[in-house]
Amino acid sequence: MSATKPEQEFREFLASGRFMIQRSRSTGGYVFYPRVAEPGTGAADLEWVEPSGRGTVHSFTVVSQKPPTPDYNIVLVDLEEGPRLMSRLTGVGNDEITVGMAIEAVIERDGETPVLLFRPAAGK
Amino acid sequence: MTTNERFPRGRTAVVAAATHGIGEAPGQSSIDLAAMAGLKALQSANLSIADVDALYVALPDDMLSGLSLAEYYGIHPRITGNNRTGGSAFLTHALDAAMALDAGLCDVALITYGSNTRTNTVRYPAPPGSSPYEAAYKPLLASSYALAARRHMHEYGTTREQLAEVAVSARNWANLNPDAYMKGDLSVADVLNARPVSSPFTVRDCCLVTDGAAAVVMTRADRARDIANRPAYLLGGAAATTHRYIAAMDDLTVTAAAMSGPRAFAQAGVKHEDIDVLELYDAFTINVILFLEDLGFCPKGEGGRFVEGGRIAPGGVLPVNTNGGGLSCVHPGMYGLFTMVEAFQQIAGVAGERQVKDVDVALSHGNGGVLSSQATLIFGSDATL
Repeated sequence: MSATKPEQEFREFLASGRFMIQRSRSTGGYVFYPRVAEPGTGAADLEWVEPSGRGTVHSFTVVSQKPPTPDYNIVLVDLEEGPRLMSRLTGVGNDEITVGMAIEAVIERDGETPVLLFRPAAGK
Repeated sequence: MTTNERFPRGRTAVVAAATHGIGEAPGQSSIDLAAMAGLKALQSANLSIADVDALYVALPDDMLSGLSLAEYYGIHPRITGNNRTGGSAFLTHALDAAMALDAGLCDVALITYGSNTRTNTVRYPAPPGSSPYEAAYKPLLASSYALAARRHMHEYGTTREQLAEVAVSARNWANLNPDAYMKGDLSVADVLNARPVSSPFTVRDCCLVTDGAAAVVMTRADRARDIANRPAYLLGGAAATTHRYIAAMDDLTVTAAAMSGPRAFAQAGVKHEDIDVLELYDAFTINVILFLEDLGFCPKGEGGRFVEGGRIAPGGVLPVNTNGGGLSCVHPGMYGLFTMVEAFQQIAGVAGERQVKDVDVALSHGNGGVLSSQATLIFGSDATL
């Protein structure tokens, strides 16, 4: 059976330092964001799996702020496993982001709250 | 997808349309504005609220606005429609109204909308809402569209200047419209040098934030001829949905208009060269480029080049957003109904200085969410029946 509280379980994994996504046992399809069934097939046999954490930038935007508040970036990430998600890149200048760049997941804390971010892939 | 859709082509029509409170309407609530727009549209058709037996509405601050407006008017509609697909909602209302009218389930359908987004003291939540998986990254409404624009630039070489051309064309139309909120000269350089919002967009790539209301009245075709000099017959229409939040949009460069458009054209039995004016929901400049492509007015990826040189501006070969659009005329939050009002006025021949000559076929296109819901209507004059 799939997760019955997918968002809650995802956040508990994140709080313990793990980025987890779902995969259907029957179809093998990877799923993000977490839900009770695979989109498209309705397969309700999703299990939690740990993705590689690797991905590429599908698109990006930089949101302008009034100084001295720094501008911030938003990226859409294509995970190696297939699903796409929204995130923010850290460890790279906003003017250095390019479509297609190789990135990897990192969990940082915004106060008490763990947040899934991405940084340029090691060795790139 | 069903291939034998039986849309009641030309059997219903918009017989009256009105706008109200465009720009700033301080002190008026969203329902006040919507109610007044509805009254103005009914009055121009020599009808009253007592004639309305199908009421369609979506307000920004009231989940049950269909019930609220029925109460406000003191009517007991046989059909109350409150579908909320974002800014495209009102075009889906028209599709439902056409089928209900044709089936004899109702006789007079009123579709209305109003919002005091600019002057109210309470900030409404952005219509697309907030995904728990995106909120931490603080996307503006503009950011989701900006991500689509960036991807279009990456895949097709669309330029910053081409996006700006859309805003410039809209402004040139607005300069011909006495009701438009934002007027004055606007150049491509002005757009590029405006305040940055969410790259690649500046504030001039983004729709206005205004107050305003719109309404249309629909009846069956037999009655339409007695009410309006030149009714806008609904020849075809379709809606499609692909996602809600931007990360779930399969291809950021192809919207559901690629599904709704061909269905609407097939139902209407018209060709692209028959379309005299297009009223496209321009929440952001990229919208117009995407919709021109997805609706088949140019090949995928060519939208940027297509809008260059004033092709969609006054005097251009393809008039687009002849009221000035959401970019320069009015945008209270869910603009879709204004595309229907302008399509009606262009067919009716009452658009004043911005009137396009001899309009027989007008396309109205609504967008909801973050490129999520798309609805296309094709209207025609008597000559198209």
